[in-house]
Amino acid sequence: MHPDSRHPDPRPLVLSLTGITKRFGSLVANDAIDLDVRAGEIVALLGENGAGKTTLMSILFGHYIADEGSVSIADADGKLAPLPGGSAQAALAAGIGMVHQHFALAENLTGFENIVLGTQSLWSLKLRGRGARAKISRLMAESGLAVDLDVPVARLSVGEQQRIEILKALYRDVRVLILDEPTAVLTPQEADSLAATVRALAGKGLAVIFISHKLHEVLALCERVVVLRGGAKVADRPTAGADRATLAELMVGRAIPPRERPPSIPGAPVLSLKSVSVGAPSARDRLEDADLEVCGGEIVGIAGVSGNGQGALAALVAGLAAPRAGEALLDGARLAAADPAGRVAAGVGRIPEDRHRDGTIGALTVAENFVLETIAAPENQRAGLLRRAAIRARAAEAIKAYDVRCPGPEAAIRALSGGNMQKVVLARVLERAPRLVLAHQPTRGLDIGATTDVHRRLIAARGRGAAVLLISEDLDELFALSDRIAVVHAGHLSPALPAEGLDVRTVGLMMAGHGVGEAA
Amino acid sequence: MLDAAILGAVFASIVAAATTLLIASLGELVAERAGTLNLGVEGMMIVGAAVGYATAYGSGSLLLGTLAAVLAGVLLSLVFAGLAIWLATNQVASGLATTILGLGVAGLIGSNFVGTRLDGAPELVIPGLTDLPIIGEAVFGQNAYVYASLVLLAAVTYTLARTRIGLVLRAVGENHAAAHALGHPVRGIRTLAVMFGGACAGLAGAHLSLAYTPFWASDMTAGRGWIALALVVFSAWRPLWLLGGAYLFGAVSILQLHAQGFGLGIPSQLLSSLPYLATIAALVVISALKHGQGAPASLGVPFVPDR
Repeated sequence: MHPDSRHPDPRPLVLSLTGITKRFGSLVANDAIDLDVRAGEIVALLGENGAGKTTLMSILFGHYIADEGSVSIADADGKLAPLPGGSAQAALAAGIGMVHQHFALAENLTGFENIVLGTQSLWSLKLRGRGARAKISRLMAESGLAVDLDVPVARLSVGEQQRIEILKALYRDVRVLILDEPTAVLTPQEADSLAATVRALAGKGLAVIFISHKLHEVLALCERVVVLRGGAKVADRPTAGADRATLAELMVGRAIPPRERPPSIPGAPVLSLKSVSVGAPSARDRLEDADLEVCGGEIVGIAGVSGNGQGALAALVAGLAAPRAGEALLDGARLAAADPAGRVAAGVGRIPEDRHRDGTIGALTVAENFVLETIAAPENQRAGLLRRAAIRARAAEAIKAYDVRCPGPEAAIRALSGGNMQKVVLARVLERAPRLVLAHQPTRGLDIGATTDVHRRLIAARGRGAAVLLISEDLDELFALSDRIAVVHAGHLSPALPAEGLDVRTVGLMMAGHGVGEAA
Repeated sequence: MLDAAILGAVFASIVAAATTLLIASLGELVAERAGTLNLGVEGMMIVGAAVGYATAYGSGSLLLGTLAAVLAGVLLSLVFAGLAIWLATNQVASGLATTILGLGVAGLIGSNFVGTRLDGAPELVIPGLTDLPIIGEAVFGQNAYVYASLVLLAAVTYTLARTRIGLVLRAVGENHAAAHALGHPVRGIRTLAVMFGGACAGLAGAHLSLAYTPFWASDMTAGRGWIALALVVFSAWRPLWLLGGAYLFGAVSILQLHAQGFGLGIPSQLLSSLPYLATIAALVVISALKHGQGAPASLGVPFVPDR
């Protein structure tokens, strides 16, 4: 099955999955998947949410037992030996390591402690320091992963924490390293340095499985790409000669229409901030002395690494926070108090950063979530009694119009996938034709299909004259949608510049703090 | 052998015993569905019992006594609401403090009435129906509190499912951050829910001291507030199951009394603990079978609108 089987790859196989099938009830999560990985190879694993990537990796890791098929991994002599299923310990011992998207670090411990944690007997009286340290230093030198090992992990940046995670895996002598969406939280510069590290590690013979949504990274870093769709492997090919459109099509199973983005016709300012400060001066996520104008009919993108002030900006717009200083105007009216209901009434549509935490209420139904923001409106209630039939009918319409895949308006929303949940949020926001759309990380965790949908909807909202404030960490998204882009760093907001005049590199540097804020 | 008359009396007393629990647990259920765990039920109930008794004794009006009991329950619940909702203190500690305060206040109020007696609330008499064998007295011969508890059950069930405030209340209890961001007054809704819980606990207390056992004794609630709390948990926060839980508890507690009367060779302490064991066992089985619904996700978590 190896694509290069006619010209055998000289590198030894380290991992071989054969005919892996896993069913959950009637759902076939993995359908006879074969996957071979050779030493020193960087293989991308692509697929939409629900394509079966997570299941496959969970089987590899011993969290699930495959119904059919087998996993073999090279032992110390390079000979393939079957890996017993269902044992995470066996997987770890056999040299499989994974860096999850959400780190598994004890934040109160130092990097060193995190790395050696779990590798020593619980009963040993002290951490075997010197040998461990020497080994970690060697690994750091080999991989180029530089990080302070002696401060609590909580004080490290996200990029540094990720380095600790990788070192943790390397320290356990992994032969196969799985990186799950490793660049989702990194600035472009950090992502570049991660790519360099991965190349260096592969050069030493480590096999790397790279899971990512970002196709350009996959093309730049990986030599081979495996695409899963609907539980089955639909492609296993060298990246050479592939392009983003091909890969996207393989993942989604249909051609992705190019994004249509008609030129912007900006109208009058809808949101304007004049020297606005939000959040306690000591808070990390705060805004200091920010100026910003978002007009009707344009999308203004806010770039920045999460936690640099986007949260404060979003909270101000959504009415969760009041400005500490300065003047914030929405359609000329002052936004003085923290008043979420008032913002809704004034025409702010909020697509929240975390749809689980503050966008939806999991235990309630799709229909109930759909109307929660406008529950007082006469079409939703009469004399305090819910107009349930009308609500259900409108929710059913929205489900159809926004292509929400769910059993129906009476399904609990927590049973929906992230993409479908986000579509409910979009429907709730856009159906009342807001003046200002606050889109905070609107596509985080969504697959290509759902992302395309969200983007199309935001462009449509802009087309009918709404002002769109797009806060994102995804530079591709910002450049694809925004008419103007501002960068926020450490509470300081740069001027919003036309997107045409900017490039990813410049914005990346600004995200890291060059040219934003006091120094600007 | 039990004849029909004894059986009828047994059923009637089961209904009476269950009513206190049903009323109090309905109130707590509403508070918990809004996300507040109020461990002050016992305290609010006994203050209701004491104030209700004192008022009825002084005024000669059971209605005035009942209203006073409800008001007293609400007032004490406001102490809890002020602490736990508006000052965001620990809900468990605040609830315990409320119960202790309530027990103290009730003892103080009730000390003047030890040894007195009232005529209890009158029972319904519908000629023909009330005289029906076995179930006649249980169904058609009860006092107003019993019927009120059933009306309350229907009202709570309907309100939670079908009304705007019910939907918002559930939203607040399941995810207060989202409910707040969607523009709903989290702390206001919770305060109302806790006040409703206080009113119900006060009413349950009035049922105790004005109808069920129409005299005053300082420990007359005898842990019923705690049972009401447990029923809410085991009913998986569903009003209709509270009905089952309350009646099961009532049934076993009455039946074990009769069993003690028969002089079975079982220690009376063991029999007295039967209602608790039976209720726990039954409700554990039910909640093990239940599908999906668990505790409101924000239950017991103080809400502070940030920034």
